[in-house]
Amino acid sequence: MKNPYLPYPVRIEKTVIETEDRNIKSFKLVFLNDDDCKTFDYTPGQFAQLSVTGKGEIPIGIASSPTEGDHLLFTVNKMGVVTTALHNLIEGSIMGVRGPLGNSYPFDKMKGKDVTIIGGGYAFTTLRATIVYMLDKKNRADFGKITLIYGARTPGMLLYKDTLAEWSKRDDINYNVTVDRDAPGWTGRVGFVPAVTEQVAPSSKNAIAVICGPPVMIKYTLPVMIKLGFTPEQTITSLENRMKCGIGICGRCNVGPEYVCKDGPVFSMAQLKEMPQEY
Amino acid sequence: MPIRTEKIRKVAKKLLNDHRVDVVIGYKKGTIPLKNIPYFAKNAEEADKLVWDGNCRGNLASYLSRFNDKRVAIIAQGCVSRNIVGLIQEKQINSDNLYIIGVPCTGMLDSRKLIAAVPGEITEVTENDLYVIAKGRGFEVTMNRGDVLSRNCDRCTVRNPVLFDELAAEKVNEQKDPVRYEKIKAVEAMSPEERAAFVDELLSPCIRCYACRDACPLCYCPECFVDKSSPQWCGKSQDSTDVLSYHLIRAFHTAGRCTECGACEDACPMGIKVRLISGKVEKEIRENFDGYEAWKDLKTQPPLTVFKRDDPQPFVKE
Amino acid sequence: MEYMRLNKKNMAVFIEELGRTCEVWGPVKEGEQVKYAPVSNATDMALDGFKNSTMSPKEIFFPQSEKMLSFRREGEDANIYRDEQAQPTKKAIFGIRPCDARAFRILDMIFKNDQFTDNYWFSKRDATTLVGLGCTEPCSTCFCTSVNSHPFDEKGLDVLVSDLGEHYLFKALTKKGRELVAGISVMREPSDANIEAHMVLRKKAEDVMTVQFGTDKVKDKTVLELFNEDCWTGISEPCLNCSTCSYVCPTCHCFDIQDEVSKEGGERVRNWESCMTWIFTVHATGHNPRPTKKERVRQRFMHKFKYIPMKRNGEIGCVGCGRCVALCPVNIDIREVVKQMNS
Repeated sequence: MKNPYLPYPVRIEKTVIETEDRNIKSFKLVFLNDDDCKTFDYTPGQFAQLSVTGKGEIPIGIASSPTEGDHLLFTVNKMGVVTTALHNLIEGSIMGVRGPLGNSYPFDKMKGKDVTIIGGGYAFTTLRATIVYMLDKKNRADFGKITLIYGARTPGMLLYKDTLAEWSKRDDINYNVTVDRDAPGWTGRVGFVPAVTEQVAPSSKNAIAVICGPPVMIKYTLPVMIKLGFTPEQTITSLENRMKCGIGICGRCNVGPEYVCKDGPVFSMAQLKEMPQEY
Repeated sequence: MPIRTEKIRKVAKKLLNDHRVDVVIGYKKGTIPLKNIPYFAKNAEEADKLVWDGNCRGNLASYLSRFNDKRVAIIAQGCVSRNIVGLIQEKQINSDNLYIIGVPCTGMLDSRKLIAAVPGEITEVTENDLYVIAKGRGFEVTMNRGDVLSRNCDRCTVRNPVLFDELAAEKVNEQKDPVRYEKIKAVEAMSPEERAAFVDELLSPCIRCYACRDACPLCYCPECFVDKSSPQWCGKSQDSTDVLSYHLIRAFHTAGRCTECGACEDACPMGIKVRLISGKVEKEIRENFDGYEAWKDLKTQPPLTVFKRDDPQPFVKE
Repeated sequence: MEYMRLNKKNMAVFIEELGRTCEVWGPVKEGEQVKYAPVSNATDMALDGFKNSTMSPKEIFFPQSEKMLSFRREGEDANIYRDEQAQPTKKAIFGIRPCDARAFRILDMIFKNDQFTDNYWFSKRDATTLVGLGCTEPCSTCFCTSVNSHPFDEKGLDVLVSDLGEHYLFKALTKKGRELVAGISVMREPSDANIEAHMVLRKKAEDVMTVQFGTDKVKDKTVLELFNEDCWTGISEPCLNCSTCSYVCPTCHCFDIQDEVSKEGGERVRNWESCMTWIFTVHATGHNPRPTKKERVRQRFMHKFKYIPMKRNGEIGCVGCGRCVALCPVNIDIREVVKQMNS
């Protein structure tokens, strides 16, 4: 029987320092074994446990979309023991990946609807995966109007700058990237995510909104969503909690009766209304 | 009603009724024999649930720092009053908001000794200053109180509170020159190998629940060294070296501060005599610093927290 | 042959014959503790006055520290985690109490979900035959009948044994149990009086174990109603936030995963962990969703009496063994807590 605790060995093919503070780094990972690659069948919104031997595991959202090929992309903020160890690994290093874990964004419900993606800070990882997935040639027709609202403190703190540049040139995505305050050389929007959301005013008719970001951003964006007519069922977010096993067993990440790792991390605001705020 | 309980309730009710304090920290009767529950009486009605008997083990001083924003009365026997002195000296609590109801103490019962001394499950215990009677299905055993006292209580020399606003009974006679450290001396006399084996066996039942730490009024660090992940001072598994490290390091942290209240040993669900380790440290302090006993008054600082020119340890000056 | 009888004089033969096919375990006295351990003859077992083991027997299948994986630093497979689980030894455990067996059943539901199976638990669990011992004299801290169980509960056991004084009456409950009983030469057909005596014992224990609290209102209230009850402040006030209750509990199953490093490589180990601790939930950012003891104490009781029943077909996550009642350093009595939750 397969051991769900055993990480797949992967090689770090490429690392990219994403932000000007050098605290956020992306890792492009390639499976050592083809079989593992085939087994790792994922959907945007899911996460994986990244392992560094001798340091431990850390749950990180998958930033790549399965439409991009066999590699995996993870973007990691340097914070604790494992993430620091990860940042110190060089290209070519061997590490472990365990997953895919958790549910995903509700693409079955998003199909045939307008989708608004609202992100802030470094919580943009699985949102990147989602947009790449929806913009893929094979999938684009499944979705209505796609609106992106993504904010960061400064231009230098935006993730995936090359990908953003590509999206900004497309006409099948309403592209709104904003920074908190004006900066030299910045020609895009300036303003906080809630305010920009109000200006962009995506329609709530036959629509789903996915919101991920720091708690304060979510707190002030939710009232805007309600004003725009988004019901709690139409508003989706992704939770984070301290977790260990990632498979709904070790009991670390529960929010009420739900395990963030197994029943989540994606929940609708309607679900969250019934759950204690322990996240 | 026993005199101490009666007086405690009376004082507590008055303090609460007069709005002198917001809460009185004491004990209420437990749900099983030989156990009382720390209790936080917030009105006169609740104050009527307070009790004092031989099952007021643990150390109520551990709860004090959580009430720093409140006016608090606390029931304190000798050891607890010394820990209060310690918490004041170490600036963990605000003494302005504190009212100490002192209890001259006749020692707490060792529940494990009692359970071992009777043939079945104890369903009821009655006690006075001299005797303890344990009853159960088909038995009734009377014991001398002195024979079933907690190990720390039977050698206690500070039964009367050292700091109090009011006393709940007449002062009791203090014990003079009790026999101390028999077991610790025996361990000291062992060869290093025997000693290592002894400590190994002593700690082998440890489940690292940290009840000893969490019951201890000295252990108020917001993040204990065993919980730190960066750097990780101590492994988290049941590896015997990690278990030993925890106990040794904690014992060192009690140096010159331990009041021998016995809360650690009483809290241990596995019945480990953890005081054999911290007791060794306490013995060293007593022997090296003129018989120092922690926190018997507000002025004297523990020897390891002060520097004197004539300190006996030359390494300090080198 | 639903029932068979064993004369206690033949316990040595029973253990000897059983020992030919598997390791035999039973309650053994070790210092002040009673624990389940391998026995080679009947006198090893501390059955005289036996109530229950100090720690729950979950540690047999779910040790407090358990190696999961290993890795090396050098060589071809450097930094690749390897699964080196050994085939667990086949064992039969004599003297498991029904409450603890019921806890195994609950943990079976936890360690396996629709997607994942925890092999570390099941490999050992599946290799074990549980010979339970009905409780004829429950302790005052016991409350199994209040949580849908019984001193002679058969769920989770392979064999239920009744202590008839001169004899043990064996009731085989599963295929594993029937095979175990059939393999012992000194088993005899019981008399009707033996079975009658067993029924009387069962009834007697049941009468002693009156139901002490209900859980109906806990079931009816919503998660948030229970969560926001006023009772939690008072319940949590005396708590030391130590991990005693969690570690002695037969159904508490939370764990931590850590990498332990040695010179050549290291191991990935899991250790029991308790929701009573501050580090259990703290995020790397420093944010803690359960910042004070109130939230942590509430979590433990909500988990057992609300969350587990919601997710596991109404099964209560407590079996009434009473270990936490007896061993909590400050006498937080789970029975009193549930009474407040159910008020």
